[in-house]
Amino acid sequence: MAATPARHTEQAEKEAHSFLQQAGAYARHYARLPLPADLNWWWTIGAMLVAVLVLMLLSGLTLTLGYTPDASLAFGSVEAIERRMPSGWLLRAMHMTGASFFMAALYVHLLRGLYYRTYLPPRRGVWLSGCGLLVLVMVTAFAGYVLPWGQMSYWGADVAAKAVGAVPFVGQGLEQVFLGGESPGTPTLHRMFTLHFLLAFVIIGLVMAHVAVVHAKGSSSPSVQPATRRKYLPFYPYFTTRDILAVLVMALGFVAVMCFWPGLITEPANYRPANPLHTPADIEPEWYFLPFYGMLQVVPSKFWGLLVSGGAVAVLFAVPWLDNGQRTANGNGGLARIADAGALFACVGAAVTAAAAGLHHAQGGWLLAGQAACLVYYLYFLAFLPLRTRFAEKNA
Amino acid sequence: MRGQKTRSALRFCTGGMLLLSAIVLGPDIVQPVQAQPVKAPEQNWSFKGPLGHFDLPSVQRGYAVFAGICASCHSLSEVRFSDLTDMGLTLEEVGAVAATWQVADGLDAEGRLKHRNARPDDALSSSYSGPEAARAANGGVVPPDLSRIVQVYPGGADRLFALLTGYKPDAARVPGKGFANSFAIGHYTAMPPPLREGAVKYADNTPATVTQEARDVTTFLAWVSAPHQDTRRRVGIGAGLYLCFLAVLFVILNRRLWSHVRK
Repeated sequence: MAATPARHTEQAEKEAHSFLQQAGAYARHYARLPLPADLNWWWTIGAMLVAVLVLMLLSGLTLTLGYTPDASLAFGSVEAIERRMPSGWLLRAMHMTGASFFMAALYVHLLRGLYYRTYLPPRRGVWLSGCGLLVLVMVTAFAGYVLPWGQMSYWGADVAAKAVGAVPFVGQGLEQVFLGGESPGTPTLHRMFTLHFLLAFVIIGLVMAHVAVVHAKGSSSPSVQPATRRKYLPFYPYFTTRDILAVLVMALGFVAVMCFWPGLITEPANYRPANPLHTPADIEPEWYFLPFYGMLQVVPSKFWGLLVSGGAVAVLFAVPWLDNGQRTANGNGGLARIADAGALFACVGAAVTAAAAGLHHAQGGWLLAGQAACLVYYLYFLAFLPLRTRFAEKNA
Repeated sequence: MRGQKTRSALRFCTGGMLLLSAIVLGPDIVQPVQAQPVKAPEQNWSFKGPLGHFDLPSVQRGYAVFAGICASCHSLSEVRFSDLTDMGLTLEEVGAVAATWQVADGLDAEGRLKHRNARPDDALSSSYSGPEAARAANGGVVPPDLSRIVQVYPGGADRLFALLTGYKPDAARVPGKGFANSFAIGHYTAMPPPLREGAVKYADNTPATVTQEARDVTTFLAWVSAPHQDTRRRVGIGAGLYLCFLAVLFVILNRRLWSHVRK
């Protein structure tokens, strides 16, 4: 009888050993991963995103220790975190700054993909998982913004609930599920807290899948040379060093915003406790939602507004099929490259204009400007991308 | 603050669009004229700018003004007495300060509100039993909580200071409007002129003029709105220097590593 536990331990030890070996082999495989030698600095954004994600996870988990998801207690618990929890102000500042930096880096990462057409086969899976991540991150950011239960949290949840309610047939039901009542309250906070917490881990899982697909399919590259003529370098030490340097530079910007210019990313109105009886004069979302908020406002019909602003994200999923050309050396000639950059610039300009229209509540000239911006934004995806290949073929 | 900055940045980016719409639509975008508050003159605060730090003696004097004058109507409901250690008081001093306040302590056997001396873990709560009592005592207006006032008040510390010192010497209540003050919305505020010469006696014998009182209490309220701002900036300098050092090392390492790679 005495032999059984011993044998048990032995076997467990053997298994543990093999697990360690496996993990080591895995790490070595990833470290040796060959990457195109001509990757430029735009390919370091991914590392920045991973760094901020880890920071968000750690600061977020610590913040939950002091947070209470209850309509009458949430605001006070966040104040207590900021004022009395040891280094609570720092944790919350990191989490708030991290949200803005994560969204900013994510948008740049996305634009990198659009410009260099990294969504083309065989990397459609990478693009699709990335778009899925974008949607999840947006939902998580929104849910997180409701949690402090300030004026903007409350009225942001109210506006979002009404937007969801505008969906035909299922809207009313969805609004009920989202709010857990007639207006935002404790049930809403419970829902948002659970969603925020849960999605954080879903995002981690999907990021792993995103990276795994990159490793399986090989990294994209800014050059258009055929794969056989390309030079490759191992991930470690060439790209790890460069990634760390990029993360350090980003961290400098992060510290500057967090410690010296926090006003850039904080909304003063959200330091007033939620008051259902007092609607703020300006309900505006965080900057990263402004383009979509603007599109929601410049379309006269509620339902079509929702369709246009939701479609602005949804259209990203279709990009690999809208632009189904081949990346060839000719396709990236001088003129075509200028056209690519110009079109992408127009698309970004349209998003910024839509954001400005959102800030000005689509009043006066902003209505017209916002509508024009919607048109330009959609033209990029629905006209420029499909035509791009045709132009390239003609030029060839 | 964020809104204003983003707004100005976006305005810059889309200036052309604005110009275009102004030409097309002309007077449509002109807002109706309201009695907008006068822009407060800029003050030279100790905590101003990314490298400023709070003048703690002024913060402490400001606490005296708050406790002696403001606290009769306004609360700091998110602040506890123990938080005041960060403005340079010892725990004993905080205990002594707290003991000079009366806080509600439940109901007695006959259902009347009981009071007791405050303790360090009590909040600097409102002196009224509830919003109804506050409204009744102040002509239909609830005096706002001041926990984050400098952060949430449009115009910040400059406007707060301007409002406190912006009453005419012979200010009288205009029925239905309040007191004339060009820094308030609509140029009237429900708050009677709160400060007067010698209203408090400072422990450090600073002359208690109205300007001095306003300056000190604004500094105190700015500190209450961002009590960790000095630490935040110190952390920023330390972390920034460390990251710069590390980044330089990695620039060198990166250059060495990639110098072997032929382009």
